[in-house]
Amino acid sequence: MTTDSLRSEKDPAGMAAARPFRLAFPPVSGTLRPRQLAVCAALVVAVFAALCWNVSIGEYGIPLTDVARALTGSGDPGTLLVVQELRLPRAMTGLLAGIAFGMSGALFQTMTRNPLASPDMIGLTQGAGTAVVAGIVLGWDFGLGTQALGLIGALTSALLVYGLAWRRGTTGYRIILVGIGVSWICLSVTDFLLARGGRFQAQAALGWLVGNLNGRDWQQAAPLAASLVVLVPAALLIGRLMRTLQLGDDVAKGLGTRVQAVRLTVLLTGVGLVAFATAAAGPVAFVALAAPQIAQRLCRTAWPPPLAGGLTGAVVVLASDVLARELIPGTELPVGIVTGVLGAPVLLWLLIRVNRAGSGG
Amino acid sequence: MSTAEPDLRAEDLHLGYDDRAVVSGLDLAIPPGRITAIVGANACGKSTLLRALARLLTPREGTVTLDGRALHSIPTRELAQQLGILPQSPVAPEGLTVIDLVNRGRSPHQTWWRQWTKADEQAVHDALAATGTTDLADRAVDELSGGQRQRAWIAMAVAQGTPVLLLDEPTTYLDLAHQIDVLDLVVDLNRREGRTVVMVLHDLNQACRYADHVIAMKKGSIVAEGAPADVITAETVEDVFGLRCQVATDPVSRTPLVIPVGRHHTPDPEEPRKTLA
Repeated sequence: MTTDSLRSEKDPAGMAAARPFRLAFPPVSGTLRPRQLAVCAALVVAVFAALCWNVSIGEYGIPLTDVARALTGSGDPGTLLVVQELRLPRAMTGLLAGIAFGMSGALFQTMTRNPLASPDMIGLTQGAGTAVVAGIVLGWDFGLGTQALGLIGALTSALLVYGLAWRRGTTGYRIILVGIGVSWICLSVTDFLLARGGRFQAQAALGWLVGNLNGRDWQQAAPLAASLVVLVPAALLIGRLMRTLQLGDDVAKGLGTRVQAVRLTVLLTGVGLVAFATAAAGPVAFVALAAPQIAQRLCRTAWPPPLAGGLTGAVVVLASDVLARELIPGTELPVGIVTGVLGAPVLLWLLIRVNRAGSGG
Repeated sequence: MSTAEPDLRAEDLHLGYDDRAVVSGLDLAIPPGRITAIVGANACGKSTLLRALARLLTPREGTVTLDGRALHSIPTRELAQQLGILPQSPVAPEGLTVIDLVNRGRSPHQTWWRQWTKADEQAVHDALAATGTTDLADRAVDELSGGQRQRAWIAMAVAQGTPVLLLDEPTTYLDLAHQIDVLDLVVDLNRREGRTVVMVLHDLNQACRYADHVIAMKKGSIVAEGAPADVITAETVEDVFGLRCQVATDPVSRTPLVIPVGRHHTPDPEEPRKTLA
């Protein structure tokens, strides 16, 4: 058998494989994967389309072409106002949160070598949720915004999981089991806070807790956007360091990777992404779990690719938000309910696959 | 690869996990440019010793030195250019291709902006050729047979281009033909490229056959070391493994061949055989 005949089965043109490039000046070299680039380009188009679709629906519909024109700054003043001032903040919050959830999921799944170890499965999203609810219900914001509270909550959960399961570089089910424990603790505390809180605050917190884009304005979108300016490039750079980590701690150390330092950097970046996204949009269920896995299959890589994972996350959140608003006429569902319903089958499928591959333990 | 002979040694080494001491007060010098096999019963500390030689485990006391420098004082990346380690039964992510795996072996030589130099390309090409994995380059590692998979992992370690190569039980879970395949490959790497190899092996006969230098360990200490013919004697095997045996000469390689006695056979061919039947 030749390599060509083997290649032709799944990847006829060898598009998923890495292609080397080398420049004489500047002396830069590396590898590119044509398929990954093509998938990312297609996803960017899909994100833009989903954004326009998301903005076009509402109390009165705006044709997609007018939406696209208004986004570039032309059109009649009425449409401009509705698109840019009223609807875009919501859609942008969804887009950015989707990117953050997707990238964060890709980082955690790669680091733990386990598709189930996404931040929404191991209690980080829930930790952020508990801290934000505490802020809303108890009025404990110490002058900090939701962002800071979300960050504190997610970081506390992450350190708890790290301390109980990760310290020795454990991958597999241990981290999932400890993570599930931590997320139940967070959920219980959240329930307690909701039960204790006044009706008005509890109502506000509950709306936020299911993952909600309703009524989001630039106040939510702006801090998230600012954080992504730092965190997205960081996540992309870390992706390279994690290439050896995918082979296990001992191999990675042998290849000169400072495993603990890399893991801490990944942890902080992933926590940052989740915390800012959760603070802006609430703990939108399953996006961090499902988006990187979908992206991995689209790109045909052996690991969840961070950029494609983020873009997939954005498409998933924006499209789910459209569904949430259009599914039941006259009722606006929180986006988290739609992603939850769509994400549950993905979770089941992953559970079955992980069990079959025997890579869970 | 550096032309200087690598000098890897340990002095008064104490190793352990949590409250359990595994190795205490061990001194060792790895013969440069040769193949060394570490043998011993289960849990005698041979893998632990190899992990310490690769800096995967920090000694409680004592030091491991490479060319006179304490291992822990060498920057991680620099060490990874000098010394490669292949742990026991490593696992690649599902779907990772052989070429992607072998490329990762170049990590200690790459920077953010220089990830595919001519040297990288040459090293990967040579590693695939040396291990006979060129035709497998585009296959997924997890879809290969055990022997092919192990050769792919060794290719990764070869691409790393280190003068010293440490292998932890490279023949585990392989059938006999593939075991010999992998060990022949190790000898190729040693003879052709002059790499110093240290490997933990289970099979005494294979250790005698493929190693120039054998280190026999028992309860965290070295019982005997030297040329296979000097180390693997009936007395040493009984001491190290608690196994009565006779040592013959391997008719093919002229190295010691350990023949266990067991409870149901007698060593003297003149005596009638006592068998289960």
